[in-house]
Formats: sequence, C-alpha cells, structure tokens
Amino acid sequence: MSILEIIGGILLVIGSSFLFLGGLGIFRMPDIYNRLQAGTKATTLGGMSLVLGVGFLETDWIWKSLIIIIFIAYSNPISSHALARASYHRGHYPYIKSKEKEKMDAYREVVPHTKKEEKEDKA
Amino acid sequence: MQSLTFNQKLGRFILNWVFLFLVWLMFTSTFFWQEVIIGAAVSMLLSLASIRLFTCCTLSILNPVKIFWMIWYFFVFIKALIVANFDVARRVITPSLPINPGIVKFKTKLTTNYSKMVLANSITLTPGTLSVDVIGDTFYIHWIDVETTDPEEAFKIIAEPFEKVLLKIF
Repeated sequence: MSILEIIGGILLVIGSSFLFLGGLGIFRMPDIYNRLQAGTKATTLGGMSLVLGVGFLETDWIWKSLIIIIFIAYSNPISSHALARASYHRGHYPYIKSKEKEKMDAYREVVPHTKKEEKEDKA
Repeated sequence: MQSLTFNQKLGRFILNWVFLFLVWLMFTSTFFWQEVIIGAAVSMLLSLASIRLFTCCTLSILNPVKIFWMIWYFFVFIKALIVANFDVARRVITPSLPINPGIVKFKTKLTTNYSKMVLANSITLTPGTLSVDVIGDTFYIHWIDVETTDPEEAFKIIAEPFEKVLLKIF
C-alpha cells in the first residue's frame, strides 16, 4: 500500500463516521432546526472528506474532487438556510427549552406566530 | 440592479472568464490543445452571458493582500468547520442531549450582498449555529445552545472572527 492509499482510506473512514453521526443527529434532535444543524455540518465535512479520500485513492481525480469540495462548501449551507427559512414561514416554530419563549425567538418579530406553539414543538 | 460602468463589466467578465476556465481545466484535468481551446471558448461565452449574475467582485480582488486574507479566511473556516463537527458529534452522542435552542439576531457591518452571503454560509457551518434569514444587515441565527440573547454579545461570539477577515477582503 502506498502512502496515498493510506491517507485516502483514513479520509474515507473519517468521512463516513461523520456522516453516521449526522444521521444519528437527525434521528435524535427534537425539531427541524436542530436536525438541520446536525445534518448540514456532518454532511459538509463528511462529504468533503469522502470526496477528498476518493481523490487520494484515484489520483487522476484529485482536481475534480477539489472542485466538488468547493461546490459542496457553497451549496450545502445555502440549502439548509432555504429549508430553515421556508419551514419557519410555513409555521414550524422552533423547539425552545427555556421558559422565556418570547425572548429566545428573535425571528418572531419578522414572522408573527399564527398557530399554537405547543402543537409544533413535538414535530 | 444598479447599472454598471464599462470598466466594471470588463473586470467582471475577465474574472468570470478566468474562474470558469480554471474550473474547466480542473474538471477535464488535461492540457490537450483541443480541450483547452474549446474550454476557453465555452467559458468566454458563459462569462459574457452571466456578467449580471456573478456579481461577487471586480478585478481589485486580485490584490495580493486580499488574496492573503482569503487564504487566511480559508484556514479560519476549516478550523471552525472541524470544531463544529466535533461539537455536534458530542451533543448527539451525549445521552441527555445537552441543547438549549433559540433564535438570536445581530447586526453586521458588511455592506455588499456577496460578503453577507459568505458570512451567512460560514455561520451555518460553525459550531452550533444556523443562519435562518438575512434581512438588510440583520442576521437571524438559530443557535443550538443559546449563551446570550443580547445582539452585541451574540455578534461577538458568533460572527466576529469571520467578519474581521471579511471586512479586509471586500
């Protein structure tokens, strides 16, 4: 085994374990915003290191994998922002643990709540 | 959309052309002359068509000082991304699920749309934060573990390390 293959293998393992943790996060978190947090971060770093690992294993593809990494870094946060904003406007209000619900949700001043929160909290 | 002067258009055109041509070269990963000529032609047509769409910056971005800060920003960003992943992993694995979520807001000093987009994207990928909306210069950030609801304090914790560098670039 060459040193490149070892690095590539390590990157593949790191990427897939972060993707696994992201999936676990999506399963465990209470509402869409926290799920997006876990999902976005894990898929960004996990996807990046997977693609980079493939680039190290097949050295002809290293430039392509670098471009793909840049595209992931651009598009992943934009899509999660779009999902979060759309779901707030649609009426899925964030789960808030502390008692001061008004104070903890600053976005309320832009999108006034119209539905009952108690139903949405369990989503 | 503001109208552009000829110099701005030319700067954007050249910048887009170089950028798209670099993407083409990286994707084909060959210097065979037919591929290179076709790539130059296609990227020139695309950059002509997209002068109004790619509005990131003009040629002044190629200033060496700015390029240094861009590389610096890249390292700041990668460090924040790795810290963010371990932070999320720790919260997910801990059985009691230590979260205290909420949405905070703060104001930024950045002016151009593109730099605000970069800041919002970076905030999404840093520990425990997710940008929900940007209205004018106000950022609404979902925070997985709210430490403070005061806009100034939140700005200091979430955005200051990025904004310091971004103000030097844009």
